[in-house]
Amino acid sequence: MTQIRRISGGRIDRSKTLNFTFDGKAYSGHPGDTLASALLANGVQLMGRSFKYHRPRGPIASGSEEPNALVELRNGARQEPNTRATVAELFEGLEAKSQNRWPSLSFDAMSINDRLSSFLTAGFYYKTFMWPASLWEKLYEPLIRHAAGLGSLSKQDDPDSYDKGFLHCDLLVIGAGPSGLAAALTAGRAGARVILADEDFTFGGRLNAETLAIGSDSGADWAVKTAAELVTLPNVRLMSRTTILGAFDHGIYSAVERVSDHLAVPMDGKPRQILWRIYSKRAILTAGAIERPIAFENNDRPGIMLAGALRAYANRWGVAVGDRLAVFTNNDDGVRSALDLQAKGINVEALIDTRANAATVNGLRHIRGGEVVNSSGRLGLTSITVRMANGGTDIIPVNALGVSGGWNPNLNIASHQRGRPVWDDAIAAFVPGADGPAGLSAAGAASGAFSTHAALQTGTMEAVKALAALGIAAKPIEIPKAEDAPVSITPIWYVRSGKGRAWIDQQNDVTVKDVKLAHQENFRSVEHLKRYTTLGMATDQGKTSNILGLAIMAELTGKPIPDTGTTIYRPPYTPVAMGALGGRSRGEHFKPTRLTPSHKWATEQGAIFVEVGMWLRTQWVPKPGETTWRQSVDREVSATRQSVGICDVTTLGKIDIQGTDAGLFLDRVYANTFSTLGFGKVRYGLMLREDGIVMDDGTTARLGEHEYVMTTTTANAVPVFRHLEYCRQVLWPDLDVQLISTTEAWAQYSVAGPNARKLLEKLVDQDISNEAFPYMACGEISVCGGLRARLFRISFSGELAYEIAVPTRYGDAMIRALVEAGQEFDAVVYGTEALGVMRVEKGHVAGNELNGQSTALNMGLGKMVSKKKDSIGMVLSQREGLNQDDGLRLVGVKPVDPSKLLTAGSHFIAHGKSTVAAHDDGWLTSVVFSPNLGHSIALGYLKNGSARLGERIRTINLLAKTEVEVEIVSPHFIDPEGERLRA
Amino acid sequence: MIINHPLLGPRDAQEFVYLGDASLIGRPDGMTEGAVDAFHDYLYLRDNPAGEHRELWYHEQGDRSWLVVTRNTVTHEVVSVEIARDVARKMGRSK
Repeated sequence: MTQIRRISGGRIDRSKTLNFTFDGKAYSGHPGDTLASALLANGVQLMGRSFKYHRPRGPIASGSEEPNALVELRNGARQEPNTRATVAELFEGLEAKSQNRWPSLSFDAMSINDRLSSFLTAGFYYKTFMWPASLWEKLYEPLIRHAAGLGSLSKQDDPDSYDKGFLHCDLLVIGAGPSGLAAALTAGRAGARVILADEDFTFGGRLNAETLAIGSDSGADWAVKTAAELVTLPNVRLMSRTTILGAFDHGIYSAVERVSDHLAVPMDGKPRQILWRIYSKRAILTAGAIERPIAFENNDRPGIMLAGALRAYANRWGVAVGDRLAVFTNNDDGVRSALDLQAKGINVEALIDTRANAATVNGLRHIRGGEVVNSSGRLGLTSITVRMANGGTDIIPVNALGVSGGWNPNLNIASHQRGRPVWDDAIAAFVPGADGPAGLSAAGAASGAFSTHAALQTGTMEAVKALAALGIAAKPIEIPKAEDAPVSITPIWYVRSGKGRAWIDQQNDVTVKDVKLAHQENFRSVEHLKRYTTLGMATDQGKTSNILGLAIMAELTGKPIPDTGTTIYRPPYTPVAMGALGGRSRGEHFKPTRLTPSHKWATEQGAIFVEVGMWLRTQWVPKPGETTWRQSVDREVSATRQSVGICDVTTLGKIDIQGTDAGLFLDRVYANTFSTLGFGKVRYGLMLREDGIVMDDGTTARLGEHEYVMTTTTANAVPVFRHLEYCRQVLWPDLDVQLISTTEAWAQYSVAGPNARKLLEKLVDQDISNEAFPYMACGEISVCGGLRARLFRISFSGELAYEIAVPTRYGDAMIRALVEAGQEFDAVVYGTEALGVMRVEKGHVAGNELNGQSTALNMGLGKMVSKKKDSIGMVLSQREGLNQDDGLRLVGVKPVDPSKLLTAGSHFIAHGKSTVAAHDDGWLTSVVFSPNLGHSIALGYLKNGSARLGERIRTINLLAKTEVEVEIVSPHFIDPEGERLRA
Repeated sequence: MIINHPLLGPRDAQEFVYLGDASLIGRPDGMTEGAVDAFHDYLYLRDNPAGEHRELWYHEQGDRSWLVVTRNTVTHEVVSVEIARDVARKMGRSK
């Protein structure tokens, strides 16, 4: 198909042709085109359907503010919905599809909504779907969900990668139009570190869309020359295709760089996009201005655009959107649009100017004091109805209309930290206020300086000022000669005529009537107006519509615009792909993975792993023939209790504590006492939070007079270390105590079971007989003929047990040596499941009991809290509320019928009591199957539990729908006297 | 947010862990009369100023310093950053 609307000129490369499809139909364009400009060049104005009424729509803008032309790009896994055709760069083979229509864009069955529009006004959802409530879940929500949304997702994994990056600069310049280029040049020449970012793929901003000269060059050529000089400056980083998304605290800005969006497939090794975090000392907002429409009846037909967009398509892309145009304006810039279009040889049938006193424009039909009151055309504009100053009307056949209601400074970023824009009567628009992000100033059109000269001038001066604040003297660039026309505008927001709908926000189908309705129903504040009508929501966030809606509300309330309020913006400036926000943190790289030293060995054995925080731990190690996890776990438990088992416990936190006050320090951070611990001895320690709740537990060994090694639970290793540093630095700053985390310095294995000593004796160089190395002994030893190691005789399983630590790099060799040495004893390697079974059998608390709500008393460890010394949490653990007689106590639980399985999380409810919260007596914290006892066992917290041993009670789980009668027993199911571990 | 570490210069707030009000430095003595009341006030009664607030931050991804950061809760301006140990000593804390 030929590009029937392509005219001469423009900044496209006509030597190359790019083929693409839209809704399956083939078209062509050129490098430099956007999808929108290429479609318009091919005579395609209809690009989408509106969200609510499914009205046919075409683009109204030529940039990222576009509300209508949202399309789906590409196919397969790279399918991407809701992309603005106006900023999608054309590439060879691009596939684009329209959205929100069925069965086709030209015939959309859902456009029935348009006929029902009198029912679908503002607040429709709130009013209609309120009652009856029972219908919400089953009927209304599915109905609304079906109708809602525009594009569709591929539901496949994104094949592309996204990166995150960090940049630093003295000056960040946001937008590379005339003011941004002038600012960057001024700062760049002064040697400052400058980042110049622009969302467009080329620099120059509006200069590319204008015929205005700068000096002896066209504006676009001046931009090319300026960018060429900036490229030569090593202290300047030019970032095209980069959108500044938001302003954050202390000069931090986020940006997304679309590295590969303009390519069918990213180049090898390149990400699709990069999310940048930019640390700037100063920033200048030079983001230009966005034109706003004037609302009139049926102003949403394809072919009706912002006048500046019509001008941009003609000047930058060599596209005449129609062959018979008209322009509707209330200001001089609209007049410029008409003249530019006429100069391009396009028939401008009329210039309708709302200002009766506007200076006469010769050479075209200038209707002064006129208004466009309506339009016609089914899928595109065919004519407009104009009301003359004398009250008569005229129907003018046109297939494109440019509308200009004036320009709004693009102050979006300046309001990201609740900076309030201020109204400027001279340009009838809001400009950035003084309370914007610290270090940010605005220049050029973004500050309300609309002429080219003013843009260059303010850009230069703001750069000089910003650098002066950093102590960098910058010389202003010599400002080339450029147009300096004053702004002439007589604000008008909507045409008072007709009964039909006049559109304000085309993306959300908000009309003048909707604003009137919101006013009538007293939703008059700007924030209420937005929520009630949906004005300014969705992908464009009201860039072309917010001020219009606000101004109309101001008229209705009879208050001036500044008194009515302002809308401010939040990040992101334009929509960002989730992929960019996620970066590389997806799938297995969502978080770092920590591997224990036995991981390689365990992998070779076919171990099943479980995530414990960032760690991967062996959960169990299945043997051939085992088909369920229980078979493996039962075998591991039984073998350990009968002979010996080996378990990697490296993940437990290890903290070396040294100094002359180390013992005193431990007395303060532990509820029990450690300064009295003998050298070469280990003690169980209970650590409280200051509010008296248990924080963590573990064993601490005393290796020498001033040297201790603390262990923490795997989960709390980091918080405990942080807490110890807090105690050491903040609470007792003069204690002589030093800490270092050695979790990753030592590979540590538990060796447990009756044959544990026999196994270790094969490897340990020293005497570890019961006499030489009794229960709770520890020491620095050596293994395998001289390798330094640490040995702790501690037991979590209740068996004769040791933990042996070797430097991490020997961890792999150590597990292999232990397994080999254990062969004669039929040693097993057990995982976290078997570990859990054995600790429950022994009645040891772990994470399920250390739940951040429980005290030492709850755990049956109340006597461990020494009141003879001050320690963290000691005082508040004595609070009355934590010491009630009927408080929760740790108990053991077994089913009355041994064949019944218990369910973790079940609640205790006494016999004869109804299953309601008021009768809740506590709950089961940990449930395991004990292969030694042959039935399910559990630990639980029961009210007044220690006085209820032998009682029978029900455990009920309403989610799992289970009820089991249980008997309350001691939590020590195995070897209550502790004979095994002292053997 | 950027925290100007007294030893390491400006660092991104992501490197830090926030704890809370710097009044936590003034921990009461647990062995004195009325300690329960003193600890109750210490732990649970906090000011929530709109304006300057002194708070404890920990440079976990850095040098493990606990810092006292004075931050304006309205503007997020960081007014001053001190080493918490120095602040604690000035408040008379020792062993």
